[in-house]
Order: sequence, then C-alpha cells, then structure tokens
Amino acid sequence: MATAEEVAKAVERRDVRDRWLLSAPALLVIFLAATGPLLIVLVYSFLTPGSYGDVKWQFSPEAWIAVFLERDIFDDTLSIAAAHVTIFLRSIKLSVVTTIATLVLGFPTAYFMATRSEKTRDLWLFLITIPFWTNLLIRTFAVLQIIRNEGIINTILLKLGIISAPIQILYTDTAILIGMAYVYLPLMVLPIYASMEKLDFRLVEAGYDLYASRFQVLRRIIFPLVKPGVIAGSILVFIPALGAYVTPSVLGGGKNMMLSNLIELQFGQGRNWPLGSALSIAVMIIVMVALLAYVRNAGKSGVRHG
Amino acid sequence: MAKNFSIKHQPGFTAIAATCFIVLYLPIIVLVIYAFNAASSTSEWGGFSLKWFQSAWQNTQVVDATLRSFQIGSIAAVLSTIFATMAALATTRTAPYPGLTFKYAAINQPLMVPEIVTGVALLIFFSRIKIFTGYSGIGYLVAAHTAFCIPFAYLPIRARLENMDLTLERAAADLYATPWKAFRRITLPLLWPGILAGLMLAFVISLDDVVITEFVKSGGQDTLPTYMLGQIRRGITPEINAISTAFLLLSVAIVTLFFFVSRKRD
Repeated sequence: MATAEEVAKAVERRDVRDRWLLSAPALLVIFLAATGPLLIVLVYSFLTPGSYGDVKWQFSPEAWIAVFLERDIFDDTLSIAAAHVTIFLRSIKLSVVTTIATLVLGFPTAYFMATRSEKTRDLWLFLITIPFWTNLLIRTFAVLQIIRNEGIINTILLKLGIISAPIQILYTDTAILIGMAYVYLPLMVLPIYASMEKLDFRLVEAGYDLYASRFQVLRRIIFPLVKPGVIAGSILVFIPALGAYVTPSVLGGGKNMMLSNLIELQFGQGRNWPLGSALSIAVMIIVMVALLAYVRNAGKSGVRHG
Repeated sequence: MAKNFSIKHQPGFTAIAATCFIVLYLPIIVLVIYAFNAASSTSEWGGFSLKWFQSAWQNTQVVDATLRSFQIGSIAAVLSTIFATMAALATTRTAPYPGLTFKYAAINQPLMVPEIVTGVALLIFFSRIKIFTGYSGIGYLVAAHTAFCIPFAYLPIRARLENMDLTLERAAADLYATPWKAFRRITLPLLWPGILAGLMLAFVISLDDVVITEFVKSGGQDTLPTYMLGQIRRGITPEINAISTAFLLLSVAIVTLFFFVSRKRD
C-alpha cells in the first residue's frame, strides 16, 4: 500500500508532466520558427560563402574577421573595415540618442498621465496605446510625409519666409533619429507610466513638508521610485532601435545604412551569408549585454525598494 | 506657503506631454487627410476625393496582399492563441516546478531578439527546408508569424489566469465534475476575456509585421505591409495614403475592442 506521501508525490509528478505536455506546442513552435534557427545562424557565421548566395560547408573564420577588419585584395594585410565600424557606431549612436530623446519626452508625458484623475487616466492611456499598436511602417511613412522637402514643415517655413529653400531632412541621420524617436516613444511612455501609476504621492507630500524644492522631489523621490520603469522603457526602445530596419530603409534612403541594412545587403547583393550571419550574431551580443545590464539593475533596485 | 500648492505639479511637464500627444497624432492626421486629396501629387491639395481609395480597391496587387495578410494573420492568431492558452495554463497557478523558469524564458524569447536577426535566421533555415522538401507555400509565413505571436497572446491570458484562484475549479471537482468538464464550464468562461484579448493582440502583431515577412516570403507572397514598403521605396502616391488610412482604421478598431475587453473587470 502506498503511503499518503507517495501518493502526493505521484500526483505532483503527474501534474508537472501534464504541464509539460500542455506547454509543448508553444515551445515546439517557438523552437522551430524562432530559437532554433538562431543556432543555425551561429553555425553559418563560421562557414565559407557560396558563389551564388548560401554557403559552402567548409569551416572559415573569415566572416568574423570581416565584421571589423578588411583584407587587402593585393597583399592580404588586414586593416580596419571603416565602413562596418562606421555603421556599427552610427547604429549604436542613433539608438542611444533615440533612447535619450524618448526618455526626455516620455518621462514628463508618463508623469502627466499618471497624475490625471482615475477616469481620464484611461483615456490618456488609450491615446498612447493607439500609436503603439498602429503599424510601424505606416507611422514611419507618416513621418516621411511630414519631413520631406515638399512636406508640411518645409512648406510652412517657406511660406512664412523663414527659409528660402527647403531644408533637406529626409535621407539624413536626423531623419532616422526623428523617425525612431517618433515610432518608439510609446514604448518608453508605457512602462514608465506603469511604475508611475503605483507611485505613492504621500511620499512626495512628505518631501515638500521637509522643504524640498520641486526639482529635489523629482530627483530624490519620484525618479528613484519609477527607475525600474525608466530602465524597462530604455531597454524596450534601445533593442528595436538597434535592429531597426523599416525606419532607416524608408527615411535614411540607401546611403545612411544601419546594422540591419548592412545585414540585409549580405543576404542580397552582397551574397555573403556567413558575414551576414556574423553581423547578426554581433547585434545579438550587443542586445544581450544591454539585457544583462537591465536584469542586474532591475534586481538591484528591486532590493532597495522592497 | 501658497494656497493652491499642488504636490503633483512639475514645471513644464504638462507642456511636454501636450507636445508629445500632438506630435504623435499630427503626422497620422496629415497622412489621413492627404488620402482624400484629389491631386495626384502628395504635396498639394486638389480638393476632396475618394479616387485613391477606389484605385487601391481596383489594384489587384493590393487586394491580393490584403487577403494574404488576413489569411496569415487569422491562422497565426488562432494557432498562437491556442498554444499560448495551453502554455499559460501550464505556467500559472502552481508552485514553482523544475523547468518553469525555462518555459518563461523560452516563450518570451522572440521578444528579446531583434526582428532582423530572427528574419535572417528564418531565411537561412527555411531556404534549406525549401530545397529539401520542394514546398514553398505560405506555410513558412504562417509558422514564423505563429511563433512571434505566441508571447503576445500569452501576455493577457497569463495576466487573467493569475487573477483567478482555484476555488471554483476545486468546488467543481468536489461536485464530481471531470477535469475536462470543469475546464470547459468554469475555467474557459472565466478566462475568455483574456483569450479574446490575446487573439486580437496576436492578429494585430501579425498584420503589422514587416521585417520577418520581408525575409521569409517567397516571390509573389507580399503581405500588405511588405507591398507598401516596396511602393514607398519606389516613390509615393496618394494611393499609399489611402491604403494606410484603411489599415489604420482597422487597427484602431481592433485596439479599441482590445482595450475594452482587457479592461473589463468582472
């Protein structure tokens, strides 16, 4: 006869097994059409490019060398691949500036939303959610129409006589920046708002009672308390910005490439799949570093505020 | 101290917030207005007209791409919602068990990787399978969309489940309901708003995808967003504004529905 303990254990084992069976389809689909192929990319980055795209199954570290270095066609010496380094630096710079811009704009917006009355808060949340779920391509296209030479900004400035010729914004880094800040702004506002909503304003009141200035209250009370939201928002903006494809393709034209365009090039005209794979893994590594920094930071602030 | 000292006030914040909301909506409004422009250039106003909607409607490429988007979106949304519901049932309302953290990580993995990397990975993987099996249909797009929709569908379903305790299910079991019957009569009806929210989210996410579709699609498999991307790169006509406007309207409708379904607390 089984003891009660043994029965309980058997029931628990069965429960865990059932739970694995239940989650199996989701895990399987994600493994087959998302996670698994990433491993293939890693393998491909160590192979030799085929003559018409794809690869030859021959080990080669060339692709990884080519991420940052260039081999001279005549004497085989290596030098820094200026074009790649420029694109890496540009992508990182644009993503960082986008993150800062959305933070500067998004923080006050989230604060404004969180300090409305319960009823109107839902309306503001709704207004920020709409662009969030609206097609990114359409929103980028909307920005394109605003900033191009015949767009509304240039037309108004020309009519007012402030400028005599249209300012060329489209197909510059500024255009990519404006576009990314525009499309990723809701991604910054939403998590900050989520932490801000839980903010206990009695703490703010206590601060004022102790003669804190408005800025001191903001810096010493509000900001530390909503920091997890700020970090989450920054990560949510930085990661897609770094891998942004649509915005630089539409607003940057062909010249101002970002990492994703460089990767696409290797799979198209470049016909260098291993290099494209190595570049993809490099992007992943930068993202992982950012995520790790986030996890560490989130852990820390979690301890501090209980 | 001043009489009307508001503890919630911060100088300039309201102005920045107002600017943000205006800036968020202004380009979209301009885009919609120019969809009704009679002139064939997108830079001047030639009077009100519906002709661009008509021309989009008669453009077989647009209609094909739209139908394909809906087809992929609905299959992927239904599949991902079913799988996400099962996964949510398996990962909530339980004491931690071995593999639970792994499951969370695995389900959310598509959110952690930039789309371009997933796109490239699927391009490589599926091109191999295409050579191997000779099949080059729409199935690849459906598989890819289902995978990246799962974490989105999972989100509201899991949130809903976590707010439901097991009391009712236990009561059902006490009254001799089989597990399946308890699920169908108790769990499922209570979970329904979450499932519906997940379904809509998944559909919108699938409908919006550009990057992964762009890399996975074979020739002649344009969805509406990839078709639009191709057109925008080639130069713009108000027809794109008209398509965008119709697309926007649909998204707004779904999001509004989603907002009410997921906010409903009963």
